Amino acid sequence: METTTVTGVARAGAGSSGSMPLPEGHKTVGVVTTPDPLFVCRSVDVYYGDKHAIKDVSIDIGRRQVLAMIGPSGCGKSTFLRCLNRMNDTIPGARVEGRIELDGNDIHDKRRDVVQLRARVGMVFQKPNPFPKSIYENVAYGPRIHGLARDRAELDEIVNTSLRRAGLWDEVKDRLAQPGTSLSGGQQQRLCIARTIAVNPEVILMDEPCSALDPIATARIEDLMDELAQSYAIVIVTHSMQQAARVSKRTAYFHLGDLVEVGPTDKIFTNPSHKLTEDYITGRFG
Amino acid sequence: MNSTSEVAGEGVGNAVIRTAAETQLIVERSLKRRYRAEMRFRGYGLTAVGLGILFVVFLFTTIGMQGASVFRQTYVQLPVYFDPEIIDPAGTRVPNDLIVADYQALIRDSLRERFPAVEGRSNLRELYRIVSSAATINLRSAVVDDPTTIGQRQNLYLLMDDTVDALLKGKTDRAAPEEERRLSDQQIGWIDALLVEGLLELRFNREFFSNGDSRDPEQSGILGALIGSLLILLITLMLSFPIGVSAAVYLEEFAPKNPLTDIIEVNINNLAAVPSIVFGLLGLAVFIGFFGLPRSAPLVGGLVLTLLTLPTIIIASRAALKGVPPSIREAALGMGASKIQMVGHHVLPLAIPGMLTGTIIGMARALGESAPLLMIGMVAFIVDVPQGVLDPATALPVQVFLWSDLPERGFIERTSGAIIILLLFLVVMNATAVILRNRFEKRW
Repeated sequence: METTTVTGVARAGAGSSGSMPLPEGHKTVGVVTTPDPLFVCRSVDVYYGDKHAIKDVSIDIGRRQVLAMIGPSGCGKSTFLRCLNRMNDTIPGARVEGRIELDGNDIHDKRRDVVQLRARVGMVFQKPNPFPKSIYENVAYGPRIHGLARDRAELDEIVNTSLRRAGLWDEVKDRLAQPGTSLSGGQQQRLCIARTIAVNPEVILMDEPCSALDPIATARIEDLMDELAQSYAIVIVTHSMQQAARVSKRTAYFHLGDLVEVGPTDKIFTNPSHKLTEDYITGRFG
Repeated sequence: MNSTSEVAGEGVGNAVIRTAAETQLIVERSLKRRYRAEMRFRGYGLTAVGLGILFVVFLFTTIGMQGASVFRQTYVQLPVYFDPEIIDPAGTRVPNDLIVADYQALIRDSLRERFPAVEGRSNLRELYRIVSSAATINLRSAVVDDPTTIGQRQNLYLLMDDTVDALLKGKTDRAAPEEERRLSDQQIGWIDALLVEGLLELRFNREFFSNGDSRDPEQSGILGALIGSLLILLITLMLSFPIGVSAAVYLEEFAPKNPLTDIIEVNINNLAAVPSIVFGLLGLAVFIGFFGLPRSAPLVGGLVLTLLTLPTIIIASRAALKGVPPSIREAALGMGASKIQMVGHHVLPLAIPGMLTGTIIGMARALGESAPLLMIGMVAFIVDVPQGVLDPATALPVQVFLWSDLPERGFIERTSGAIIILLLFLVVMNATAVILRNRFEKRW
């Protein structure tokens, strides 16, 4: 993996990476840095073959913070999200350049394992995709492959806790052996969230998690996100500006692969600095 | 309709604007046409299906009518005296001596006793010929199993010659001139005498299910070919399923996309279309010529048929893997599963039913294949039932081919009988595989 390190700065140690300077000439409006960041991304470029999907994006992601990424279709927000747990590795012809640090460690470092990264950075997808296994097995899968439970009782405990935290326990406690695919769409998505938090990640990436759900299920997931934000960093890609406004503290606006503006959510929605952001949130396009 | 004419009047040069009523009229007209087309298409489909069923019924009835008679065979009930003077004149009861004793003489004595009037060498020879030379086998095994039989008089069912069998089954024309029949008038007379007494009987054809091939139709059986086919299929399945599935998984999930894998892919697709006899030649050159494996062995047959079925299984397995939704892969990878965990825990279980379907198709093809087996010597005349994968053997379709070539009447029904067994084998195999597959599939 090629890494274009940012302007010759010595590799920052853990904890001090927040001070990693921004590359010269970066065009993003607003404040891209955050105190005590978990993720530090500098000059990230993504190519799909010849297509330049993400252009020179630099942004910090804070702990216990909900960051919403908005923008018109095809602007690269999902692509950028998938950089954070290296899911782009699975796409043939995709190439990521630039530096992404998690807790001060380069996630593209050859000594670091992508499996470990994905255990720390969980992901919830646009379409609910439970495994075609039982509800119990869906949640137990992560702890099982990572060896998080010493015995059956501990595994039961993890499954129980995860389902409770995902707000699904009361609905499924009597039918844990039934297939996860037998649940409704909103329940399936909460099952996917339970599955993700079962491995106790530090970050949860959500790629339009509510786009396939009805408003009631969406409201439930949003409530859940508020709760989860107490303990996890959440990065959510959404097409719904109301949702971004409701759940996030910070908002990043992407446009055609550029990160146009980052700032506190209320500022972005009430007083955007960039013309493109303003056009988008006032509904002039997108 | 008023408005229609109005619009028509106005709409000169602007024909695309129509009223709703006009549009409806046009749609109605086109609907009739569409329904006619649909009916026509249904007609074609029903004709095709009907023709298919007709052919299948025709095939099964002809084979059934010709082959059903093979399951019964003519035996004669005769008292046989186990004469100690003939079997064991020395009275030692040494098993090896008992095996080589002249049991034919016992049958001859028994026949002479039954027809005391027959005299003269040639007449007697004719008399002896109506009983099969294989009838001695029963006598011998009776004596070897229990030496106290010697000296006893037993009523036994003796296997008759295939010419007698044909006569009883009505396949010999009694009205034909004597020289055109394989039975003389004299022999027919004896047979009728036995018939009148009710001593000749059509009984279950033991020989057909317990013997290997033979030059005598009444002695020849399907067991050798059946065991041969079983051994071949076992080897084919054991090799082609794991190899095929592994190859498919590697090519689909792990292999980098580069010109080399493209070439491999194209070649696998081409191999699926290679005539089977070419695989036979390959097997002959490689397994027998180069590796020196024995000719006619089920092992070599299995290896050749493995080559033949691999492309089918690989192509079907890859299609099954492609059919697994990408969301499941993403879910597994997103959870931090390694690639092999993703494949083993999630992709393979979903793809296995499709892979099994491919394997069923491949194995069915392998079971019916004869051309490549001819090339590796499995067409040889083999009497013994194979005991292992290195023994010479033949296979069911090859046995059909061999018997269909022989002039004796008895082999006609045996050819059809072998086809019935082959088809039954196929049905049983496919049914088992389908049941297995459904069990896998039913989990969700």
